[in-house]
Amino acid sequence: MQHAEPITVPVDTLLEWYRTLVFCRRFEEQTERSFRRGKIGGYLHVAIGQEAVPLGFLSAIRPDDVFFVSYRDHVHTLVRGTDPGTVMAELYGKLGGTCKGKGGSMHLFDVARGNYGGYGIVGGHIPLAVGAAYALRYQGTDQVCLCFFGDGAMNSGALHEAANLAGLWGREGLCPVVFVVENNQYGMGTSVERASAVVELARRFDAYDIPNERCDGMDVVAVYEVARRVVEEVRRTGRPYAVEALTYRFSGHGAADLFQPYRTKQEVERWRQRDPILVLERRLREAGALDDEAVREVEAWAEKRVQEAVSFAESSPEPPPEELYRDVYGA
Amino acid sequence: MTEMTYREALRSTLVEEMDRDPRVLLLGEDIGVYQGTFRITEGLLDRYGPKRVIDTPISELGFIGAAIGMALLGLRPVVEVMTWNFSLPAADQILQNAAKVRYFSGGQVSVPLVIRGPNGAGVQLSAQHSQSLESFYGHFPGLRVVAPATPADAKGLLRTALRSEDPVIFLEHAALYGIKGPVPDGDYTVPFGQAAVVRPGRHVTVVAYSRMLHLALAAADELAREGVECEVVDLRSLRPLDMDTVAESVRRTHRAVVVQEQWPLFGAAAEVAAGIYERCFDDLDAPVERVTGEDVPAPYARNLEKLAFPDEDRIARAVRRVLQ
Repeated sequence: MQHAEPITVPVDTLLEWYRTLVFCRRFEEQTERSFRRGKIGGYLHVAIGQEAVPLGFLSAIRPDDVFFVSYRDHVHTLVRGTDPGTVMAELYGKLGGTCKGKGGSMHLFDVARGNYGGYGIVGGHIPLAVGAAYALRYQGTDQVCLCFFGDGAMNSGALHEAANLAGLWGREGLCPVVFVVENNQYGMGTSVERASAVVELARRFDAYDIPNERCDGMDVVAVYEVARRVVEEVRRTGRPYAVEALTYRFSGHGAADLFQPYRTKQEVERWRQRDPILVLERRLREAGALDDEAVREVEAWAEKRVQEAVSFAESSPEPPPEELYRDVYGA
Repeated sequence: MTEMTYREALRSTLVEEMDRDPRVLLLGEDIGVYQGTFRITEGLLDRYGPKRVIDTPISELGFIGAAIGMALLGLRPVVEVMTWNFSLPAADQILQNAAKVRYFSGGQVSVPLVIRGPNGAGVQLSAQHSQSLESFYGHFPGLRVVAPATPADAKGLLRTALRSEDPVIFLEHAALYGIKGPVPDGDYTVPFGQAAVVRPGRHVTVVAYSRMLHLALAAADELAREGVECEVVDLRSLRPLDMDTVAESVRRTHRAVVVQEQWPLFGAAAEVAAGIYERCFDDLDAPVERVTGEDVPAPYARNLEKLAFPDEDRIARAVRRVLQ
């Protein structure tokens, strides 16, 4: 882990991030309830515990930058500013969803905001992000591309073939991509040490001559500080970079992961002490910028916003039958 | 009209479209410095530079996936696969990303990507390098699948592919690169999903595509000497599939033989035969015959390989059977 000069983040920004983290948490909890009530179908992968990583990184890029995500994509989409109602409506399979209800939880897109989507096959989107980064430089822009994926994807061929291309194209300044490894310690139920011959995942990018480092993924300020420096460098050089953010999901892998035989309650409890919301809350309380009343206000605001999203999703119509045949081919 | 080879038709179309549209760029193994395994990209690295003619490592999953990402961001990449056999490591990218991302994004993105290279068998390359993947790719909605048999169609279909908003599986054939034929000049295009009646006849419809078209035409010549007039239809596109042209022909001839190089089960010929039964059952005077590759991996030995794939005689015999 490298230690750079700390960036002073204004208290107003920290407060905004706190509100965002609380809101995302309440949103994800709501999706779990809606899933249990049968309102949401298919797979549901929530990012409870991991929220600081997308928030820190997506706060460090420009509105015209782009990103690709795995199927654990709700928080990325929300923090990028996509209307929460349309996100919930997508999970509900409604016409008002981000993808007209045709993608669902794993495939949230908002191309107008540079969100090139959530993808359902582990590692499968990583080559896309590398090509997208090439396209940005080919078109002569200084935009960058972020590519988020979990520790599980580190063992897929897609990651390694894509990283090699990024290393190659980066030599010419043609691949401004940041690989963001959201290391939540488990690929579904298999721990990193049971899955990866090298447990320090960042170091595996050395094989492709891609600079890399680890960061604390439970502290949004720590994530942001690394992200800002790395994004600036990648924008300047057109070379790839990899950051392994150490994080944890408090929820199960998916909605069906009820008993979690692969980990202990004590382990989860230990990580909960570093809940990204608590970490930021402590920081704000120490700065005198947050008190009990303010916390209650944020909670009430977040809950209300989540319920508005649910109402929008509930009242949005189902996609009409003709949507079945749309969007298969272009003009 | 200009007389040129299938290879020249492909290469000149790439040049014309790259001159016209700076979004078109090429990726593939040994397409630049080496000039291309089948020399389709000869001279293009010098002409367009390494940013537009990208020599890739042997890493199909990586560079086909990257090409999809380029297409999502508005470029028009053309990937050369050295042979279609090498597309299989990238099947996840082609089938799970390129074919479907428009759909699961609710229409927010397009993948204007062309993947081209030789498909098929017949040149003693044995099991791993001799197979026809058209029904494999043709199965997936979201892809366009074309297989030109002539220099003119190579040009016309490639130009349409390069201007398409969809991912196109462009199936060439190694045995056809050297064949010559007249090619219309100018901005010539052939639309997807349009079969062509390449030889009119009234006794039987013979449906084929790619290398099999040439065998079907040779069989038709032989049968003509016996007084049998075959109508030969070149499908040209597998997806979309032009069953209208096929059915229109079968309604006149009342008999059909469908030819494919690939294995019989779940193949293009089965699809075409089923389409004929659905549309022209009452017009048929005989069951539809299929002529296909044998249901075995491709052997190396010349004599065995000859047995494994359709030839003119087998097509002629199938025609005689439907005429009995």
